[in-house]
Amino acid sequence: MIEYLKRHPEKVIGPLTEHIWLVLVTLVISLAIASFLTVLAMRSEKVSDLLNNIFSLVYSVPSLALFALLIPITGLGRTSAVIVLTLYNQYLLLRNFTTGLREADPVACEAAKGIGMTDMQILTRIRIPLARKAIFAGIRLAIVSTVGIATIAASINAGGLGILLFEGLRTMNIPKILWGSVLSAGMAVLLNAVLKMVEEKM
Amino acid sequence: MPIIQYDNVCKKFDNSGRLAVDHVSAQIEKGEFITILGSSGCGKTTLLKLTNRLYDPDEGKVLVDGENIANVDPVALRRRLGYVIQQVGLFPHMTIRDNITVIPQLMKWDKKRMDERADELLTLVGLAPSEYRDRYPHQLSGGQQQRVGLARALVLDPEILLMDEPFGAIDAITRLNLQNEFMKIQEGLGKTILFVTHDINEAFKLGSRVMVMNEGKLLQFDTPAEIVKNPADSFVRSLIEAARSQEEFWENVR
Repeated sequence: MIEYLKRHPEKVIGPLTEHIWLVLVTLVISLAIASFLTVLAMRSEKVSDLLNNIFSLVYSVPSLALFALLIPITGLGRTSAVIVLTLYNQYLLLRNFTTGLREADPVACEAAKGIGMTDMQILTRIRIPLARKAIFAGIRLAIVSTVGIATIAASINAGGLGILLFEGLRTMNIPKILWGSVLSAGMAVLLNAVLKMVEEKM
Repeated sequence: MPIIQYDNVCKKFDNSGRLAVDHVSAQIEKGEFITILGSSGCGKTTLLKLTNRLYDPDEGKVLVDGENIANVDPVALRRRLGYVIQQVGLFPHMTIRDNITVIPQLMKWDKKRMDERADELLTLVGLAPSEYRDRYPHQLSGGQQQRVGLARALVLDPEILLMDEPFGAIDAITRLNLQNEFMKIQEGLGKTILFVTHDINEAFKLGSRVMVMNEGKLLQFDTPAEIVKNPADSFVRSLIEAARSQEEFWENVR
């Protein structure tokens, strides 16, 4: 394995950076969209239920099928991958964000309203700080799940560690398979552990 | 001109067959200490919440300072009326000082003014500022938390204070102390106070006038002495008799 890395460093490092890039881009876009949708969902229970139902439905579609469905629209490559990964994340983020925010200390929120805070001020000053654990947990779950599902994105030419896995399997190249699985699994496990530690400190 | 006026106010909740507040009319003059007495579900809290637009009436109107509050922005109205609730509802992630000055922060007061105001109010409610201002709510006892709740309600110096069973969750001895101290504070401040309670002793001790409510209706609105002398109906009479029989128990034990 080490030998393989020494001989072809670019064949391991390249997919690894691609993978990290894919995860980061997806995360930034996902968070922007999820924040916007959360604000909408906080306005009314109906919107919240509707959004949660839609995204739980999307989440239940197998990733390979969703990649395939997008190919006729956005083609092969990174764009399709980021769209699919972002869609999946919405379910994890939105569900954690809205439950966390809704369940934030109801008495404190009632008092906040009674002393003259607007709904938006209650959200930013009371609900978000009180729901920070749930919010962070949602982000952690989204990151870990993106790292995992992003390996499958290689099937539509989006690059990443999945390339090592798919190529390795096709040519029965054991070091390639090992690097692909060790790096993707390792990244997910490590990120989960680190983020969980941060979460517990909050 | 009355500072608060209820004009045939009705409120109905969707899940209930009867009116939570049933054609209530009353006038409150500036500086009065009004207690609203009744058992749970009698509509006393609903009436209080109709005063700062946490609820809006289905019928009738509420006037504050002669103005129909239906035409006043609820957030602006609530900042004119101090509000204290039984469970206090301090913000657990903020220090005591930030809890008191949270609305001034939103109104962009300068820091020095806010710090001074927080210290002034902590002193008023009997908590040493240097000891308490940087603590968090969970580091305070229930009674101390309610003192902070009162300080928070007073921060913008409102003319009117709405208090929903503020001492309801506090042990008997602390409650007695808080009642006495609060009466003293009130003498200095001269606010108009609406104070909801289910405790007849508290209502008659604190109130210059008492509203007795049952099943959404305002049965009697008068001074404690007048209510005891001339109860308006059988419900008010039974309320007084219940309080008397309790007193007899203590007399007999002695």
